[in-house]
Amino acid sequence: MTVEILYDIMNMLLPFEWAEHTFMKNAFLAILLVTPLFGLLSTMVVSNRMAFFSDSLGHGAFTGIAIGVLLGFASPLTSLMVFSVGFALFITYIKTKSTASTDTIIGVFSSTAIALGLMLMSRGGGFNKFSTYLIGDVLSITPEDLQTLLLVALFVLVGWGALFNRLLILSINPSFARSRGIPALWVDGIFASLLALLVSISIQWVGILIINALLVLPAAAARNVTNNVKQYHAVSVLVAMLSGVSGLIVAYYFNMAAGATIVAIAAAIFFVTMLLKPRFIR
Amino acid sequence: MFRTIMHHHAASSEDCAKLCCTKIENFSVKIGRMTILDQVNLHIHCGQLTAVIGPNGAGKSTLLKAVLGEIPHQGTLHYVDAKGKHTGHPVIGYVPQYLRFDVSAPISVMDIFMACLSNRPVWIFPTRPLRRRVLRSLARVHADHLIDRRLGALSGGELQRILLALALDPMPDLLLLDEPVSGVDQNGLELFYEILSELRAKEDMAIILISHDLNMVARHADQVVLLNHGVITSGTPEEVFDDGRTREMFGMLTGGSFGQWKGRGDDCGNPL
Repeated sequence: MTVEILYDIMNMLLPFEWAEHTFMKNAFLAILLVTPLFGLLSTMVVSNRMAFFSDSLGHGAFTGIAIGVLLGFASPLTSLMVFSVGFALFITYIKTKSTASTDTIIGVFSSTAIALGLMLMSRGGGFNKFSTYLIGDVLSITPEDLQTLLLVALFVLVGWGALFNRLLILSINPSFARSRGIPALWVDGIFASLLALLVSISIQWVGILIINALLVLPAAAARNVTNNVKQYHAVSVLVAMLSGVSGLIVAYYFNMAAGATIVAIAAAIFFVTMLLKPRFIR
Repeated sequence: MFRTIMHHHAASSEDCAKLCCTKIENFSVKIGRMTILDQVNLHIHCGQLTAVIGPNGAGKSTLLKAVLGEIPHQGTLHYVDAKGKHTGHPVIGYVPQYLRFDVSAPISVMDIFMACLSNRPVWIFPTRPLRRRVLRSLARVHADHLIDRRLGALSGGELQRILLALALDPMPDLLLLDEPVSGVDQNGLELFYEILSELRAKEDMAIILISHDLNMVARHADQVVLLNHGVITSGTPEEVFDDGRTREMFGMLTGGSFGQWKGRGDDCGNPL
């Protein structure tokens, strides 16, 4: 078993009390896999001013879960992914076609999605079994989940490599991008799909309430102290991984929700970088 | 995209033969019921700077966008290269009037070049040949010292030169420029025009420039076109500036002459 080998390596490298438990080892591996992706994708969420959009993805995921359970899937992950990607593409399409302002459109669809999700989940008075999705439970990750995470991580990474340059030009100025022959709708759509994929794979352990923070805080912090794209990416990934790992450990010793602790640490890093800003920005 | 390809189909063009030249024929643009451009005909020769002047709302920027194929229009664009072959597909470079972007963005000059020129993601370190290529591009506009500068930290004139360098890689046959109305100081503008003069001589490139600065036009342009929904008059700067219609449109004093325009602001801004 490959997982067993990883466990042995971790036993050697991490001779700490928290790392003795298998559920902590799984959580640790999951965080190492997923937080770099949040770091990467958050750079363009922040540069493209998409914080509200990424927030709505969490709400869309809510409906995706409800539909999955309604259709009788044991793990609602498949329906969650399909619905989230569809939802993201739909909003992207509508916002380019409609004359209404972007935040109005996102607001409409986001609240519709969460209302629909609540209606479906509360049917028959059984809402409590869904409450883990609100707060998230990183300690429930299984080796099978890790495999799925690895696949999604590779997919997102490859997609990011192929998409990034066009997305960067689009983020600088849309009409400049048009004059360079960049198909804005396609680029936006693929980026939205990657975001939706990342959100749906991580929502069960981060929780709907705070998942958006992971898509905003790393890059927001990195932006305060960097002057070019390479630094921006490196610092953003570093902030995401650092707050992920330290959040997990702190949460273990104080017996708190790990997702929330991770976000609180990322927020603390953001405030520190804000103070450091004048020293770094040229 | 499809439209762009369609309207660049070349047909025969007699008087352009043997000289590299671009012919804009019967360009008309209508937006709703408004006629923005009506039957514009222009011949742009390589190695020449053609300045387009005209009052606000005359359709100058619309003309450039129609040539780029960004807005629907009637009429055709013929391009004939120096060997007398009409290739039909001139490579067009475009420098926008102003680039509105987030000045706090952590993007350097090298980053924007790499994003435009390479498929390698910008967050990976660039290859040495690419950096050399960017340095060469920037040297062409006297901006190689700006390669690692953050975009938001550039002055208006520096940004303009960076955009020019971007439009020049790959080297276009036809360069379209929309001169900024504000944000570039007099020295920056002077340098910008000097670079254009170098380019048209060295690269044998046809340049169309929309300008708001009649002084600069008088000193640097080879051909001037007065546009107001259609071509009012065109010719050498002397011809156009001494034309009564130009004087009327720009409210020039009746006593003035071309020499007055050409001379103004010379010698470090001391008025003559």
